[in-house]
Amino acid sequence: MNTLIEVNNLTRQFGDHCAVDDVSFSLNKGEVLGFLGPNGAGKSTTMKMICGNLSPTAGEIKINGYDILDQPKLAKAELGFLPEIPPLYSDLTVDEFLSYCAKLHGLRKKAIKQSVIRGKLKCGLSDVGNRLIANLSKGYQQRVGIAQAILHNPSVIILDEPTVGLDPIQILEIRELIRELGKEHSVILSTHILPEVQHSCSRVQIIHRGKLVLNESIDGLSQRMTSSSLLVRFGEPPELDLIQAIEHVTGIEALEQQQYRISHHQGSNISEHIAILAVNQQWGLLELIPEKHDMEHIFLSITQDPSNHE
Amino acid sequence: MNSLTIAGRELRNLFLSPLAWTILGVTQLILAYMFLSQVDYYLSIQPKLVGIPGAPGVTDLVVAPLFGNAAVILLLIIPLLTMRTISDERRNKTISLLLSAPISLSEIVIGKFLAIFVFLLIILLSISLMPLSLLTVGNLDHGKFLACLLAMALLMASFNALGIYMSAIASQPTVAAVASFGALLLLWIIDWAGSNGSALLEYISIMRHFENLLRGLVSTVDVFYFILFIVGFLSLSIRRLDNDRLQK
Repeated sequence: MNTLIEVNNLTRQFGDHCAVDDVSFSLNKGEVLGFLGPNGAGKSTTMKMICGNLSPTAGEIKINGYDILDQPKLAKAELGFLPEIPPLYSDLTVDEFLSYCAKLHGLRKKAIKQSVIRGKLKCGLSDVGNRLIANLSKGYQQRVGIAQAILHNPSVIILDEPTVGLDPIQILEIRELIRELGKEHSVILSTHILPEVQHSCSRVQIIHRGKLVLNESIDGLSQRMTSSSLLVRFGEPPELDLIQAIEHVTGIEALEQQQYRISHHQGSNISEHIAILAVNQQWGLLELIPEKHDMEHIFLSITQDPSNHE
Repeated sequence: MNSLTIAGRELRNLFLSPLAWTILGVTQLILAYMFLSQVDYYLSIQPKLVGIPGAPGVTDLVVAPLFGNAAVILLLIIPLLTMRTISDERRNKTISLLLSAPISLSEIVIGKFLAIFVFLLIILLSISLMPLSLLTVGNLDHGKFLACLLAMALLMASFNALGIYMSAIASQPTVAAVASFGALLLLWIIDWAGSNGSALLEYISIMRHFENLLRGLVSTVDVFYFILFIVGFLSLSIRRLDNDRLQK
């Protein structure tokens, strides 16, 4: 595995406001990194810095080994960037625009035609090549933006909120595209739509108030997401001591209407024990639900954790 | 190479909008009218000139005034051509396409400069067709004519460079247009204040240098003034673009 993006101690200040604070991470070939965070967390600022649109206050960024400040041309040749607002010239047709982008990236004459055709094919634009960008729908414009970013076959693709403003079908298609891109390229994807990350990313980073607060593979994240508590409801009032005595149980919390939350160690399964106990004791088991932590929970717990506030 | 790519697109874009065609048409119409009246005037005084030894010829009395008038019209239209170059890209956020491509900032600025300059050369070509048409009935002073062309080319490039700088500063195209028009006009007339002959103001004034060249006096002082002017404003534009990246 080779590291395509290396970000070390990246800091960016706007006046007194610190938009990105000492962020470090790296991305290997073939990884899709989901970049999460609430509004104003510093996602776009970080991405702009990686793409050389903004220069960092401190820290270094290396794209495929080239420093973005010292060797910007070499580094940028490895990059494909789709900013939040797709940079499209609305008075050009899709074909014209894409070949202009290919030229800007220094592709040779012969390669330009092929790469435009390939880019259109990948983004489902083959039918609209002759249309003016101004006349395309928002979704198609977004696709042109993505096509522009992958045109020159860069090793790193950076997409800032690529699915904003798309309809559900288009979102599914774009997700599929991103997953496919992830096979050959490294992709950084920023979003605040959580299911999108679960769907298409192999790694997740959460940034909050300029700080990186979580950096986890998607497997690690689903480990975090497995249940560590059960919700049970009984017809009769149970004897809580008996439940407490079951192995791995760490706590019982009484909720309303005879409902209890039973917490247990992660990775153990106690539902069977509880069911047997309830039947034996004739508590009248009504509900037994393993509680699942979804992405939202983790996201909220991280971003609202008071220890992360300054 | 990259500059040429950018220049090519900019130029194409210019001709996609009616602005370029309107400018070409309007300048040609007004200057043709001025040219005709100048020729008329020349014909009316020609009999008197015959008697005077060393009298000014057709190049002095028709061609040079034509280019002098053209310069004033350019003062009005070049801000309109340059106003959108950078400020529009910044407004529409398309600038990030250029910033994230493997292109340097100087290539971006030079590309934009070249695009407008090529368009201005087209204007110059169509203007110079008028004096050239006089060749069918008489003779031109070729040296003076070439000096006029050089003067025009340098003047156009200077106006262009200043316009691009204003476009790099301004957040809105119209602001850029007004600012560059104001700056150009001020630089044009700045020596009026120095009626007693303030050397500095005279040196700064564009008109002084332009008129020298128009009279056929090609001196390095004047040529260097224009080159300094062009290089200066282009480097300022590059600095200004770089500032976007560094913004505090």
